[in-house]
Amino acid sequence: MSNRPPLLLFTVLCFGIAVLYLPMLVLIAYSFNASAMVNVWGGFSTHWYRELMHNDQILDAALLSLEIGVVASTLAVILGTLAAIALVRFRRFRGRFVLTALVNAPLVMPEIITGITQLLLFVAMFQLLSWPHRGYTTLVIAHVAFCTAYVTVTVQSRLRSADRSLEEAAMDLGSGPVRAFIDTTLPIIAPALLSGWLLSFTLSLDDLVISSFVSGPGASTLPMVIYSKVKLGVSPDVNALASLIIAVVGAGVLIAGTMMRRAERQRLLDMQMATR
Amino acid sequence: MQQFLAALVKRYGRWLIILPPLLFLVVFFLIPFAYSLRISFADTALQVPPYTSVWNYSADHHLTIRLSLDNYRYLLNDEVYAFSYLYSLRTAFFSTLICLLIGYPMAYAMARSSRATQGILMMIIILPFWTSFLLRVYALEGIIRENGLLNSALLWLGIIHQPLQIMHTSLAVYLGIIYSYLPFMVLPLFATLEKLDHELLEASADLGSSPWRAFFDVTLPLSMPGVIAGSMLVFIPAIGEFVIPSLLGGPNNLMIGRVLWDEFFMNRDWPVASAVAIAFLVFLVGPIAIYQHYSAKQQEA
Repeated sequence: MSNRPPLLLFTVLCFGIAVLYLPMLVLIAYSFNASAMVNVWGGFSTHWYRELMHNDQILDAALLSLEIGVVASTLAVILGTLAAIALVRFRRFRGRFVLTALVNAPLVMPEIITGITQLLLFVAMFQLLSWPHRGYTTLVIAHVAFCTAYVTVTVQSRLRSADRSLEEAAMDLGSGPVRAFIDTTLPIIAPALLSGWLLSFTLSLDDLVISSFVSGPGASTLPMVIYSKVKLGVSPDVNALASLIIAVVGAGVLIAGTMMRRAERQRLLDMQMATR
Repeated sequence: MQQFLAALVKRYGRWLIILPPLLFLVVFFLIPFAYSLRISFADTALQVPPYTSVWNYSADHHLTIRLSLDNYRYLLNDEVYAFSYLYSLRTAFFSTLICLLIGYPMAYAMARSSRATQGILMMIIILPFWTSFLLRVYALEGIIRENGLLNSALLWLGIIHQPLQIMHTSLAVYLGIIYSYLPFMVLPLFATLEKLDHELLEASADLGSSPWRAFFDVTLPLSMPGVIAGSMLVFIPAIGEFVIPSLLGGPNNLMIGRVLWDEFFMNRDWPVASAVAIAFLVFLVGPIAIYQHYSAKQQEA
């Protein structure tokens, strides 16, 4: 195969990338529009960003979303890593089939079905046990459930490729299995844990459908507030908010990605030095 | 004593690892489905929660189970449900097809670029996936609404004299799905195309195949796992999509996700909503099984 990529292919690639990015760039441009009218350019202004700082509804929702995001992704990393270890390291155990199905199901299940079924369970549970109250608790539980799946898949592939000889060596030298795992394998799969956490965090921060179902009165996450504002019509402060989120997440992913790639390269170098 | 404890941990220690995720997911993911299945056989009632109990355990120790098929009968008789299933199916199918037609050349171009470029292109394709889905759908509205960028540009160029009505039509729903799910198509395709054995293509070129011929005889069949994985990754979420038809579509673009939402929040008919969800799930089992099969195959490779 020639290395010269056909022009047609590259045209489509560039077109596709343009399509992916143009709407976001336009949105960011609109957010600096002094005019509240969407089709009139009233000059450059940071008015809508200042407006945002005084909108308590949005600030409260943002705080709630961030808090849920941090708690849910941390719990999801713990559960997801345990599930990944179980699936990769333990060849045979009772419940393996169920666990495999349950960590794969949320990846393909339409959110709306997950949301409805979880709400029905929470309502019934509350009748029986007076727990959980719909709101913060149910939001965290629901987010942990779908984030765990993503963490498991991320950690699983990393764990599969991890070399076990170091861990076995540590065990030969007298470490217990847990100690050996923590000392040797955990550092190797740490980047997967980090990307699993980041993925969970962004998914949690972005979730609208499941949250709308399982949340209760008084607990509105950021996407729920944005959705209800957008549904009512174009509001310029949503433009500012959206631009902020896109910029922060974009920068975060770029930085994390670069750092992880650098760490990976360093690790490979270290390994080469060690085996020389 | 300590030896006994150590032996205990050695024997059952693995359950300390298996049980937390297993129990959590069983309670908060599996049981909800079983429970919804049960409610879908109940009747609507004016109480909290708003449905009747399927089984009753009376004072004289008689267990009566009453399964009501009314909800499913209702689904079959009301045209709205059949219509929205078919409409969702059609919308998801054609969006997937268009994603494939755009995504395949993109993935192919990526696979044929140099290693360094591949890394950068991967990042560019993945980045929108990390930024908010909801906000991207909202951002698309800025392009296609009546006074949005597209209409302004076309009017300015003199191609049209009246703004096009795209918002609140099927076209907007298609554009929304294609725009949102294109990265899901490109990434698995790229993963298979990148691993493709280039020597096979060279061999077919040496044997006198034209590039198109070689593509249809060699590349396309070999990339089928990627095609199927990518298609399912677009098709499955697209069919249950709620945000896109709700924000971009009009009142006629009744996708099943929207019907479910309305049934739940506006009509508050939980048994019917459960029945719709269960019936919908049954329709999805096929595509999900296909996806699992091919993604398992890809993992083995």
